Amino acid sequence: MNLWNFVARRVLLMIPTLWAIATIAFFMVHEAPGGPFQSEKEIPPEVKEQLLHKYGLDRPLGEQYLRFLSHAVRFDFGPSYKFPSRQVREIILDALPVSAELGGWALLVALLFGIPIGVFAAVHHNSRADYASMGLALAGVSIPNFVLGPVLALGLALTLYLFPPALWESPSSRVLPVLTLATAYVAYIARLTRAGMLEVLGQDYVRTARAKGLRERAVVLKHALRLGILPVVSYLGPAAARIMMGSIVVESIFAVPGLGRYLVNAAFNRDYTLVLGEVLFYATFLMVLNLLVDLLYTRLDPRVELA
Amino acid sequence: MSIGIAPPAHVAPAPQLALAPGRHSSLWGDAWRRLTRNRAAVLSAAFLLVVFVLAAGAAWLPGLADPTAQDLRLGATPPSFQHWFGTDDLGRDTLARVIYGGRISLLVGLVGTLVSLIVGVTWGAVAGYRGGALDDVMMRIVDILYSLPYIFLVILLLVFFSRSLVMLFVALGLVQWLTMARIVRGQVLSLKRQTFVEAARALGATDAAIIFRHIVPNTLGPVIVYTTLTVPAVILQEAFLSFLGLGVQPPDASWGTLVSDGARVLVLFPWLVFFPGAALSLTLLCFNFLGDGLRDALDPQTRKDLG
Repeated sequence: MNLWNFVARRVLLMIPTLWAIATIAFFMVHEAPGGPFQSEKEIPPEVKEQLLHKYGLDRPLGEQYLRFLSHAVRFDFGPSYKFPSRQVREIILDALPVSAELGGWALLVALLFGIPIGVFAAVHHNSRADYASMGLALAGVSIPNFVLGPVLALGLALTLYLFPPALWESPSSRVLPVLTLATAYVAYIARLTRAGMLEVLGQDYVRTARAKGLRERAVVLKHALRLGILPVVSYLGPAAARIMMGSIVVESIFAVPGLGRYLVNAAFNRDYTLVLGEVLFYATFLMVLNLLVDLLYTRLDPRVELA
Repeated sequence: MSIGIAPPAHVAPAPQLALAPGRHSSLWGDAWRRLTRNRAAVLSAAFLLVVFVLAAGAAWLPGLADPTAQDLRLGATPPSFQHWFGTDDLGRDTLARVIYGGRISLLVGLVGTLVSLIVGVTWGAVAGYRGGALDDVMMRIVDILYSLPYIFLVILLLVFFSRSLVMLFVALGLVQWLTMARIVRGQVLSLKRQTFVEAARALGATDAAIIFRHIVPNTLGPVIVYTTLTVPAVILQEAFLSFLGLGVQPPDASWGTLVSDGARVLVLFPWLVFFPGAALSLTLLCFNFLGDGLRDALDPQTRKDLG
């Protein structure tokens, strides 16, 4: 199958999926007890009626649903319930760069440290260094970021005064959130790299490369790494998505104004339009990311066919 | 349909096909030997056993303080001979609170895993064995659910509906079964076409015999491994939700809520984060070590790497 057919088919498949997500989320939010305007108990009935009218909540459910869908297609979710002066789209677009920066740095740190550690462990397979680095990696995977975050903040910010303990302002204020977010991914990518490399290092083409007299460094870095890194590549899609999720906690701990913090607050405030907007945005983002990863995969491994 | 969901106790071990003559050892016997040779896995299992016994027998532990007994005159004190893990600002004994918190965390982990196990194995086995259009539909559903930002969905569920413990079990179990379904389906699919299944068919074995004597025992390995890794994943997610204030509600406390409470007074009373955080991290680490050990012991593909 050629590349464009593949992309076109995948994009077409996204449509029913997104529709399903939009529908589930819409009706779930609609069925949820308590409305967005219920918390303010002092609202007179006329005002409430006005509010409902303003947001189109007085229309029949079917009409609301169709309206929601037709607007959602244009990435328009109306004004936020909680902050009526702001459009959901604006809030998302404001928060996105912050989350993307936090996640991007974390992913970069994870790759820069995780891959070399994994290669090192694989090359020294079954040695003490291998066990030590993999034991550490497993510890890194196991410590939750909401435990690591406070501990790092206490140690590096509040005791040693190396970095600011919170907020998202100076470059140095990025260090702690990025470090907290990245640790688990460094560890996981190291484990994936090691497993991938171990499988590849035993293969015939690696033996051939050795047999023709290549130096071990060239065999490992030029020949083996290219395929050994594939598990990491396919992990990048879910990793990027999970980094966004992990950033909910990190953004909360370090008071970073990103998507995750808005989502938690929106859910608590019953800010339905913002919640729906965020969930759909996130789902789209995730699917596009997975498509890109699949494309990247075929570039790295010529044996993989687009299907 | 009871394909591939029989409990292990009812299943005869798979007949060994490729063993050297004279040496008779079963699949499970081999695996057991490999597992007990893995020091990290054995230590982890021992640690987990201690944690389970402490959590289950908390009420009968001599000398353990009542986790809810307040002593406002005492207030928060650092670890001492009297209170090994210190006390919180209400004078409650942190050791007791960590042990009782472990009860909730472990309970959530086990029940959530059980839900995911039942749903996932049934779904995957049915889809894989029946194949065809049914398989397509079932796996498309899994794909769609996969692309849902599921942790957001759990947050929505918990915010909009009840925050009861039962809801937490259901929500966490329901997001964890997808990978299990994929694993089991993949296993069933590939096993269906293996030569030993063909051989059994050629010998005149019935479908039921093929499934229960040949396919099921061979899927159990990956299922056991993944189950072991699901428990810490569920515990982690419960802690994550509790940290955000969405999980276990007071007066109940889990490790997640303890860390969350402690993080608020981090600078003043760091031990309130440290001890529950360490209990949580160590438990997760041990589950992961045990899961890794089980995988190395049970998965024929990685057996070579053990050297």
